[in-house]
Amino acid sequence: MDYDVKHVSVTDTTTLTADVGALFANQPLAVLSTQADGQPHCSLIAFACREDLSTLLFATTRATRKYTNIEKDPRVSLLIDNRSNKVADFHDAMAVTVTGTAREVSSDDKPSDLSLYLSKHPHLEDFVTAPSSALIRVTVDTYEIVTRFQHVMKLHMKQ
Amino acid sequence: MSYVVDISEFPGHDSREIGGKAAALGNLYHGNFPVPTAAAVTAGAYDTYISSTGLADRIGLELGKKDFRDMRWEEIWDASLRIRNLFITTPLPDDLAETVRKPLERLFHNRPVAVRSSAPGEDSSEASFAGLHESYLNVRGSDAVLDHIRLVWASLWSDAALLYRQELGLDVHHSTMAVLIQEFIIGDRSGVVFGRDPSGKSRAVIEAIHGLNQGFVDGIVAPDRWYCDRATGGILSHEPAERLKEMVPTDAGISLRDLPRDRQDIPPLDDKDVGRVYRLAMDAERVFGAPQDVEWTFNESDLYVLQARPITTMADAGTPDDRRWYRSLSRSFENLRELQARIEDDLIPTMIRDAERLASVHLPTMNDGNLAGEIEERIALVRDWEATYREYFIPFAHGIRLFGTVYNDTIRPRDPYEFMDILSSSTMLSVTRNRMLEEMADEIRHNDALRHALDAGGDTTSCTVFTSLIETFVNTFGDLTCYDAQCTQGDAAVRVLVREMASQPPRENRDGRNALRDNEDRYLSFFPDEKKTFARDLLALARASYRLRDDDNIHLGRIRGGLADAVTEGRQRLAARGMTLPRRIAGDDVVTCLRDPEYRPRIQMPEAASDHSHHERVQARQLIGQPAGPGIATGRARVVNDAFSPADFTAGEIIVCDAVDPNMTFLIPLAAGIVERRGGMLIHGAIIAREYGLPCVTGVPEAIHLIDTGDRITVDGYLGIVVLS
Repeated sequence: MDYDVKHVSVTDTTTLTADVGALFANQPLAVLSTQADGQPHCSLIAFACREDLSTLLFATTRATRKYTNIEKDPRVSLLIDNRSNKVADFHDAMAVTVTGTAREVSSDDKPSDLSLYLSKHPHLEDFVTAPSSALIRVTVDTYEIVTRFQHVMKLHMKQ
Repeated sequence: MSYVVDISEFPGHDSREIGGKAAALGNLYHGNFPVPTAAAVTAGAYDTYISSTGLADRIGLELGKKDFRDMRWEEIWDASLRIRNLFITTPLPDDLAETVRKPLERLFHNRPVAVRSSAPGEDSSEASFAGLHESYLNVRGSDAVLDHIRLVWASLWSDAALLYRQELGLDVHHSTMAVLIQEFIIGDRSGVVFGRDPSGKSRAVIEAIHGLNQGFVDGIVAPDRWYCDRATGGILSHEPAERLKEMVPTDAGISLRDLPRDRQDIPPLDDKDVGRVYRLAMDAERVFGAPQDVEWTFNESDLYVLQARPITTMADAGTPDDRRWYRSLSRSFENLRELQARIEDDLIPTMIRDAERLASVHLPTMNDGNLAGEIEERIALVRDWEATYREYFIPFAHGIRLFGTVYNDTIRPRDPYEFMDILSSSTMLSVTRNRMLEEMADEIRHNDALRHALDAGGDTTSCTVFTSLIETFVNTFGDLTCYDAQCTQGDAAVRVLVREMASQPPRENRDGRNALRDNEDRYLSFFPDEKKTFARDLLALARASYRLRDDDNIHLGRIRGGLADAVTEGRQRLAARGMTLPRRIAGDDVVTCLRDPEYRPRIQMPEAASDHSHHERVQARQLIGQPAGPGIATGRARVVNDAFSPADFTAGEIIVCDAVDPNMTFLIPLAAGIVERRGGMLIHGAIIAREYGLPCVTGVPEAIHLIDTGDRITVDGYLGIVVLS
């Protein structure tokens, strides 16, 4: 997988993506931001990520605000971090802001996406497979990786 | 890492690892007591199983759904059933299975064993919670043993254990369970001995029955009893029992049978045996340093100790709460069969006679004094029936759950409630009632003159079909009069309802008879031939239990309705005299008013709304309950509260209520979904919803306060959530 690295002096994308991958593997939850009519809306979701970082997955029931928002406007942002709510976070914590486009997973892609998702969250099987639930795939445009308080790097994903 | 410890090595292990029951047996073994060959599957095996399979997280998710303090007994049953099913459908990882299997095969070969719970802390002298966890007898072959180990593990989360979660410190991260595997001794006489009688400290008491010890469960087999003098060891007295039944081993498991005639007259123990059992208790007391409660069995002349624990009174003895009653709800198959006979042959016919007697009394011609007396009698009658309901009808509902347990153990379905589908029955009263309403609606749909007459509020007697239908309906089920709010009298309510139904397309019939037949054959196919009779009997019992869960409500509703009629009659007389009465008035207030013209009932002022000065309003957006009927529906909420009147209800609304009242079920065929505060699969509303294929969520705390009539809501009956748009 190729990455187009901008705004950063470091060109070691392998280390960067490995760090992001490790963070994503250790964090079960992400903050998801959707919006409708200019009103942003944040939710906490359990996410999973494809190994090549190209897509993220999460599940929701169709009666939720996030689902109706995504139906109106598929552009979303997510935040994944490893903060511990201590002062040390300012130098130790890592945060990744994601931008991308969300779509419900098609029935063709469902089996592979579902098994990927459940390998990370096996206890959510009943929830994800309920007829009222939708599995959502976020195709990632960019990752902004924040470390050491203000050290920010941006990854643009190839579309 | 070894997960199996031989009894000879028990003393080297912490009781946290092998559990209290195993630790006590280890002491007996080393004291040279006659104990069966045994081994412990350590708590570590449980810990590895639930962490490596992700079960720990799923149990945590299940237990975190709702605060236990808000749960009713039915919901606790349900939570436990769902957790149990997680264990049933999650096999041991291969490497763990082999680590456990190999040493067990070496110790027991293919001999039958008993698989017993041995919870850490269990059987300690501080608290005794005997019987919270499961044990299985006569289990043969290592596959079956591994399966039953999982069932014993699951019983760490039994409904009884969940009731005592605080005392047990039950917690998904720390609680664990060891399992004791014991060679199964085919006892021909069994019993318990209390080294010191709790109700007479100078004596010991021995209880003995023919057959296996499991005959004691539920008191299915009544024991002979001997009292021995602790000073001399001599027998003080013998109380013989009526010896009719015994529990015996079968090919797999155990069953109850009639005690052969020739043994009915023989006490299970002779004086010499009594002496041996007594000495066992005294020896155990010396080893443990305190009087013991010892479970023993004879195989011919060989006496075995099965377990020993210090004598304690049940930890909940004398507690003011309801938990003892809850625990009494768990009944054996035999006990449920007796209950069924009592209910079907005696209680229900009496209930029907009582309801008919009430309906036949002509209230308007009574003088005030007699009417007051009649109301009092009816209040007492309703109270009696409510007590009977609690004592007999609610425990009988356990038949559904017993069936569910056997079904899930045998068939291992993914959906723990699959067994409900085989129980539905078109003979349920509420279904019959709704079918009759549908017939009337159909008549209206096809008969223009009738429809116009109804819309104009005119005379419909010319339509003889309709008149006879409505008469039959009112005679059978009453007039849909609600009994505690303002009521529509006569058959007017029925007319309004069927007219509304007629404006809807006919509801498709769920003709499930064929599917039911298939389900039944499939269910039976899972049982070996020698168990088919049991499987059939159990299904019949469960169907009766399911049907009665509904019918009993309707019969009780008719008796309550009889009280309501009398109170309404009294109320109307008082109102006709110009008395101002509260909208809701207790029956005994009406009685006092009728007898004492000076008496004025206190009118309660509605409570002032609480002040939300810091925020404009708090609004529920999504509420969590339990899935009780699969499906999704979105629609207008119709909240059943004080302001509710059945006549306001329009088709396609979602009923939001505290509890589906039996006198309200006629609305259900018109509803798009149901939300109920009361929780559990066995409640009336859930059963009716399932019968009609409606999405249903139960166990939503404060549902009728958090949702308003007119709110647009989505009922997710798959996941058990309600979303307010």
